[in-house]
Amino acid sequence: MRDALLDRPVYEPEEGEIMEVSMGPHHPSTHGVFRMDVKLEGERVMKLKPVFGYLHRNHEKIAEHGAYLAAIPYTDRLDYLCSMTNNWGYVLAVEKLAGLQVPERAEYLRVIVAELTRFQNHAGLIGFLLQDMGASGTPLMYAFREREKILDLFESLSGARMMCNYMRFGGLRVDATKEWLDEVRALIALLPGFVDEFEALLRANEILMARTQGTGVLPRELAINASVTGPMLRASGVNYDIRKVDHYGVYDRFSFKVPLGEHGDVYDRYMMRLLEMRETVKILEQALKDIPEGPVMDPKVRLRGLRPKAGEAYGRIESPKGELGFFLISDGTGNPYRYRVRPPCMINLTILEDMCLGHNIADVVIILGSVDIVLGEVDR
Amino acid sequence: MALPPVEQIKAQIEAGVPGASVTVILNGSPSAQHSLLLDPAHARAVAELLRDHSEWRLDYCTLVTGVDWPDTETSEKVKVRKFVKAADGTESEQEVDEVRKTKVPGYLEAVYHLFSMEKKHGQVVLRLRTGNRTDDTHVPSLTPVWRGAEFQEREAFDLYGIVFDGHPDLRRILMWDGFKDYPMRKDYVPPADEIPVIEVHS
Repeated sequence: MRDALLDRPVYEPEEGEIMEVSMGPHHPSTHGVFRMDVKLEGERVMKLKPVFGYLHRNHEKIAEHGAYLAAIPYTDRLDYLCSMTNNWGYVLAVEKLAGLQVPERAEYLRVIVAELTRFQNHAGLIGFLLQDMGASGTPLMYAFREREKILDLFESLSGARMMCNYMRFGGLRVDATKEWLDEVRALIALLPGFVDEFEALLRANEILMARTQGTGVLPRELAINASVTGPMLRASGVNYDIRKVDHYGVYDRFSFKVPLGEHGDVYDRYMMRLLEMRETVKILEQALKDIPEGPVMDPKVRLRGLRPKAGEAYGRIESPKGELGFFLISDGTGNPYRYRVRPPCMINLTILEDMCLGHNIADVVIILGSVDIVLGEVDR
Repeated sequence: MALPPVEQIKAQIEAGVPGASVTVILNGSPSAQHSLLLDPAHARAVAELLRDHSEWRLDYCTLVTGVDWPDTETSEKVKVRKFVKAADGTESEQEVDEVRKTKVPGYLEAVYHLFSMEKKHGQVVLRLRTGNRTDDTHVPSLTPVWRGAEFQEREAFDLYGIVFDGHPDLRRILMWDGFKDYPMRKDYVPPADEIPVIEVHS
């Protein structure tokens, strides 16, 4: 059965002519500079090849030329909506490579900023879905209203709204004040109401259900074999969340659920994001209740002159898009010999063709939207 | 349930796949993520064994990456006896120091990180090495075993020049089709600033 998955599905046209359409790289629905070479029979998709690399700047080579510290601001620019989780993935890999310890308060603050990032990413994504389906403007502005509040918090914490450059191996760059934590508490008291608002849009909207249910189904076995991760994988019913599997940071101290889908269609993938937003609020409440006092940076860590022993390490976290991993090889010098990003967005695109075959071209737009790609990370 | 230590995995692979030779490569960093070097001829069979093993079930290939290890030169000082011409023209046999250089050929490496979604454990690191960096850059593709390797193997081909035999669609993925060099190699020299001529492709 498994070998049958590897054969690409072929959609046989009944009759008629085949038309080739190049969607992108400047198509408004491709969420960036992404292109799909689509072969159509009428409106039906027969073949689809993703083409990318328009934003390629060889991020990995740049990082191999600099010190370990110098790569942190570059990781902000991978998935530019989630700079906090990108920082975390990288510093986790360096901490594994060099065997560094992180103070407890820093671990809690990392959870807080990462979960806020997850919330604003998922909120933005649901806004984009409705935009892609023709609900022009209003839902997206709703999503961005909450996102703005979170970005304001990031700005007062780290100095930047999107390129936060906040984490360091061995801790964090700056501590959060008591006032900042109170502001977060005030904000998350409002978030459940906002999720309810969106849930009403998703659950009660007949047009949305007709278009997304049964569209772009991703079977469970194929999802595992094709290394799909994140909410996309869980929408296909696979219980795999790295926060639960690896317990990195202090995630083992919080109680939260991992939502799972049943059908693996576009609707399930969006509901996964919505349900994860609710769980995120739960984690935030617990983290803000338990956060201890103390330092946020291990004073023994040499940030500028870090020279890990020769060896290698792979560190991974659950980013809002999926498994974000960093693979580092050290040769004992001050800059990494090999620096590799495991980009969840790019790998989730492997099965884009399988999900789109046989669907109408208009559905390709929402299927691509449900993958949740950011081209800064796909192209690197 | 955790995975057994790498030595046990190696022993079970060698028992399960006749003729396969596996070398354990120890990792000196505190992460202690050791890896297994496979011989290319049996790599596909070993990968299938790892994926279908009833206790391990390594069904999830998360990361595929290329690594470049260039040719290295080791030099050592040796004493040799030589006829040395003195200033007045007479030759005499003397012991002199000479630096002898030996060249160690480099290779390209494909690294695979495996986890199990079913058993929720990991990780196992596999390595495949090419013969050299110039004309023998072939390794077997593991995309037929894990489809998740498809784009990442294409990327290793694009940026390192590792040719994955048996890959269903081995093309450049990030650089454009007409590009000639392999930018992630350690000896890559970027061209002078000029506007690249991009060939139009379908």
